[in-house]
Amino acid sequence: MKVIALHQLQFRWPQQSHDTLRLDELVIEQGEHLFIRGASGSGKTTLLNILAGILTPSSGQLHVLEQNITQLSNAARDRFRADHMGIIFQQFNLLPYLSVLDNVTLPCEFSRLRREQAMPVVATAQTLLEQLGLAKAITTRVITDLSVGQQQRVAVARALMGKPELIIADEPTSALDSDARDNFLQLLFTQAEAQGSTIIFVSHDPQLSRYFPRSLDLQRVNPA
Amino acid sequence: MILLKLSLLSLWNRRVSVLLTIVAIAISVALLLGVEYIRKEAKVSFLSTISGTDLVVGARSGSVQLLLYSVFRIGNATNNISWKSYQELAANPLIEWTVPLSLGDSHKGFRVLGTNQDYFKFYRYGDKRALEFAQGQAFKGVFDTVLGAEVARKLGYQLGDKIVVAHGTSEVSTALHADKPFTVTGILKPTGTPLDRTIHITLEGLEAVHIDWVAGTKVSGYSISAAEALQKNLQPKVITAFLVGLKTRAAAFRVQRDMNDYKREPLLAILPGVALADLWQALGMFETVLRIISGFVVLAGLVGMLTTVLSTLNERRREMAILRAVGAYPYHILLLFIVEALVLALVGCLLGMILVYVLVWVARPWVIAEYGFYLRTWLPDLTSLALITVVVGLALLLSLLPGTIAYRRSLQDGLTIRT
Repeated sequence: MKVIALHQLQFRWPQQSHDTLRLDELVIEQGEHLFIRGASGSGKTTLLNILAGILTPSSGQLHVLEQNITQLSNAARDRFRADHMGIIFQQFNLLPYLSVLDNVTLPCEFSRLRREQAMPVVATAQTLLEQLGLAKAITTRVITDLSVGQQQRVAVARALMGKPELIIADEPTSALDSDARDNFLQLLFTQAEAQGSTIIFVSHDPQLSRYFPRSLDLQRVNPA
Repeated sequence: MILLKLSLLSLWNRRVSVLLTIVAIAISVALLLGVEYIRKEAKVSFLSTISGTDLVVGARSGSVQLLLYSVFRIGNATNNISWKSYQELAANPLIEWTVPLSLGDSHKGFRVLGTNQDYFKFYRYGDKRALEFAQGQAFKGVFDTVLGAEVARKLGYQLGDKIVVAHGTSEVSTALHADKPFTVTGILKPTGTPLDRTIHITLEGLEAVHIDWVAGTKVSGYSISAAEALQKNLQPKVITAFLVGLKTRAAAFRVQRDMNDYKREPLLAILPGVALADLWQALGMFETVLRIISGFVVLAGLVGMLTTVLSTLNERRREMAILRAVGAYPYHILLLFIVEALVLALVGCLLGMILVYVLVWVARPWVIAEYGFYLRTWLPDLTSLALITVVVGLALLLSLLPGTIAYRRSLQDGLTIRT
C-alpha cells in the first residue's frame, strides 16, 4: 500500500507572490520510513502540515493511505488524522496535568478506530511503555518529573497507540544527546515495525539519515 | 466526557489563579444575592412596621405624610384632631380599640410620643408581634416614660433615670421643659421599627409640660410646678392622630369612609398596609440602584475571569496543539473553554450561595438582638436561581471570546507548536 503519493504538489500562502513548497513527485510505500532533511525555512513544517491534512495544497494531487485527502472536508480530514496518524513533536509533547498513562491513551479518547485497535487500552499502553524501556513505576510519576528522553518515549508510545499507519515525527530527537538519540530511534523503529506503522521523520540533522532506508533533502527537491 | 476530564485537570493544574477567579466570582455573586436578600428583608420589615392596626387617622393631608409622621416619626402634622372629635369617633360600634398619638416634642433628637397604656396593649408590628419590655413596665404615673430600645442604648438610660423633654422637634433645642422631668419606668425590646427611636410619655404628662405654655413659648413670670400641674385637669384638648383596631377587618372601608366624611373637622383615615406599599413604591429607586450596582460587581467578577483565561491563552497554546495532534477537533478546543467557564461559574455561584448563607446565619442573631430586625434564614429562591442562571449564562457567553481565539489559533498553528 502506498502510504503517501503526491504529484505536482504546490503550496502558496494566500496573498504571497511565491510558492512555499513545490514537490514534483513523492511516493512512500508502507514500511518505507522516510527521513526528510530540511533546515528552518525549507518548507518542512508546511509539508508536514499538508501530509497531516491541516493545510490543503494550492494545487496538485495528494493521496494519503490511498485516499485523496484534498477532497475531504475539514472535519473529515481531522477525523482521518485522528484515526491514522500518530504525531511526535520536538519537545513538550505531553499534557502536564495528565498522568503518563492518560497521556498515552489520549488518542483513543478522540478516535474510536484507534481505541478499538488498542483494546484493552490500558494494558496496551503499559505494554508499549514497557517495550519502550520505561519502567512501570514511571506511569505514576508526574510528567514534569520525567527527563526529556523519558518524555519523548512516552510521546512515542502515544503516537503508536491504536496502530496508526503513519507516524509523523517533527525533530523529536533534537533535545536528546547522541546516546539517547540512538536508543530513541532504535526503539521507535522496532515498535513501529512491530505494528506496521510507517515513519516520516523530519530533522535538520543530516547524520540521522543513515538510520533510514530512504531520505529526502527538502532543500534540494523543493525549488520554491 | 474526556473534555470534562481535560478541563477539570487543566483547571486543577492552574489551581491558584483558578481559585482566585472562583473567589472573585463567589464574592460578586454573594453580593448580588445578598443585595437581593437585604432588599426583600427590608421590604418585609418596612411593610410590617405596623401591623394589626386597621386604620390610621389624622388631620387631612396626604396619606404618605400621615403615615410618615404617625408611624415613622418623620415630619410633622399640619393640623391636630380635637379630643372631642376623637372621643366621638372612637365610640363607633365597629371599632374595637383606638390608641391616641400626640407628637411634637423631642428629647436629644428622638421624638417624644404622647399616648396611653393602650399603646403597649394594642400596637403590633412585624408578624403581629406585640411590644415587649426589656426592663420595667408601661407607664403608670403622669411623669413616667417608656423608652424605645435604641434611645436607651444610645443615650445610656436606665430605669429610674430622669429625662427632660424639649419643646419642638429640632435636634438642638433651647426650650426645655426642665421643670417637669420624666422618670424612666420601662425600656422596650428592639423591634426594628421607628418605635426603637421613640420616647413614650403619657398624654397627661405632655399636657402638663405645656400647661404654662401658650402658643409655643413659655409664658414669662407664670409657672406651674409639676406637683401643682398634677392637681389641674390634664385631659388633652388635641391629639395628632390615632390608631384604630376594628372588630372585623371587613368594616375597614366603611369606617374609613365615615372618618373621611366626618363633618366637624377634615380628617383622613388610611389603611396602613396600602399606604406602606405606596411609600415603598416611591422608594423603589433605591432598590433599582442597589441592583444595578451589584449587577456591575458581578460583571466585574466575570470580566476578571475572562482576563485570567485570556492571559493563559499563550501558555496554553502548546496544550491546544497537543490536543489537536492527538485528534481533537477544533470545536473541541472551543468546548474546552466553554466547559471551563461553566465549571468556574458554577463553582463560583455555589460558593457565593454558601457565603451568603453563612453570612446571614452568622449575622442573624446579632441583628435580631441589636436592631430587632427579624431576618429570615437565607435560602435560594426562584429569584436567586434566576440570577445565578444569568451569571452562568454570561460566563458562557464571555468564554466564547478566549474559546474562539484558541479555536482560530489551533486552525492556524496546525501541528506547529508555538510558544
